[in-house]
Amino acid sequence: MRTFRYLSGVSTLALDTARCVGCGWCEVVCPHGVLAVSDGKAGIVDRDRCMECGACAANCPAGAVRVTPGVGCAAYILQVWLKGKAKASCC
Amino acid sequence: MKPLTGKEPIAAAAGPCACGGASGPGGGAVSCCDASCDASVAADGDSGQPCCGGPQAPAASPMARPGYELLPFVASFVTTLSGPVPVVRTTLGRGDVRGTLGARLGYGRDGYRVAPGLYGVGSPGPDSPVLVTADYKLSFDALRRELSGIDAWILVLDTRGVNVWCAAGKGTFSTGEVVRQVAASGLERVVTHRRLILPQLAAPGVSALKVKERCGFSVVYGPVRAADLPAFLRAGNRATPAMRRVSFTLAERLAVSPVELYHARKWLWWAVLAALAVSGIGPGGFSLSAVWERGPWLAAATGAGLVAGALLVPALLPWLPGRAFAVKGAFVGAIGGLFTVSAAVGVFPGAVPVSGRVGMVLLAAGISSYLAMNFTGSTPFTSPSGVEREMRRAMPLQAAALVAATASWIASAF
Ligand code: SF4
Ligand code: SF4
Repeated sequence: MRTFRYLSGVSTLALDTARCVGCGWCEVVCPHGVLAVSDGKAGIVDRDRCMECGACAANCPAGAVRVTPGVGCAAYILQVWLKGKAKASCC
Repeated sequence: MKPLTGKEPIAAAAGPCACGGASGPGGGAVSCCDASCDASVAADGDSGQPCCGGPQAPAASPMARPGYELLPFVASFVTTLSGPVPVVRTTLGRGDVRGTLGARLGYGRDGYRVAPGLYGVGSPGPDSPVLVTADYKLSFDALRRELSGIDAWILVLDTRGVNVWCAAGKGTFSTGEVVRQVAASGLERVVTHRRLILPQLAAPGVSALKVKERCGFSVVYGPVRAADLPAFLRAGNRATPAMRRVSFTLAERLAVSPVELYHARKWLWWAVLAALAVSGIGPGGFSLSAVWERGPWLAAATGAGLVAGALLVPALLPWLPGRAFAVKGAFVGAIGGLFTVSAAVGVFPGAVPVSGRVGMVLLAAGISSYLAMNFTGSTPFTSPSGVEREMRRAMPLQAAALVAATASWIASAF
């Protein structure tokens, strides 16, 4: 997977280190190794690998990670543009 | 086996059955050549199934119940405090493989589900781990085929026939659904522990903390791939970093690419028709002979764009230039277009003038670029922000390529 990289500088991922309790849930659930805990605090290791899946934010008990989650699927985004969010379907 | 001539004393056929067919297990009560058998068959009106042809079907399974169909992947039932639970096989039968192919190729993809609820593999007991998965049959099959030699429970959620990853994104593989199925299956009476193993890719839809709060079961995220589950379980529910990363190998890429082709079929015929129609336009207005002479080349360029965008881009993904899929697609599509042009020139040197050749390349590149962009939906690493940015930039260019291709193709006829 190290060979795949998508566009840089687009992810909406934001980490509030002050709130982080260092539990490590974000590191466990992230499928791209974007977040890692060291010295009791989570840090963003490789932001540009983030695919905005939202797993980290959903499982952070402290509300320290925020991301606008969604599916990186052109067909779905096109449907949202054409028909609106309510009617779009994906996968 | 010699056919009955009608002269043999049928009633005396007490020895080996004269009309062939091994009597099935439990047979012997009524010989298949018995007159009473014939009579009952006639009475059933079941003339489509000859009484005397072929072996007798085995007796009904003791698990058969009126009004239910016993699924081929269910091997037996295990009794629990919450009632009987089907134990499923860990090998895929021919029907499973056929279903997988169908789902991969696109037909029969919707509604390819298993009933939500609790299942088992091996000889599951009160201490056995509980693995949670989606009701998409491919997800269910992918899980059970990795579990040979393992005793475990499988809790299938109602994800509307959608795989784990997409269901988590859509919110059907959710905290609420986990809690609901835990309650509906009576899981707390089946197992003594209070632990659920969820696929890691379900994490976008589930809050481990809230599951624990709402049903008392704590969530452990298992590996991304079901194939790593045995090692994960052996290691005491520990995943190596590699098990936590999604992969997108050649095999995985090729497995999802036919779906793109399947979706493309809807407009492919229209695209080919349009290519033929445009080819008919020439100095003398519309002519069928021009359609016949020039049309196939533009149609071929359309096909080249399709193959490039839907098959070659997925296959060659890591080696293609550019980060944006639209760029990768345009690159492969242009090469595909050039191939078509060289084929055209090779066969009929004068068939397509230069401006027409440019049109063919533009068309193939534009179509391939668009299809490649759509492939973002099948990849496990493209972010929605990134895809949106790419689309805003690429779609005007793709439209422009289409217009320019049509214009130069028509111009090449004059
Ligand atoms: S949104 Fe997904 S990919 Fe991005 S950091 Fe969170 S878990 Fe990782
Ligand atoms: S899940 Fe939240 S609190 Fe836990 S380590 Fe990550 S950011 Fe910190």
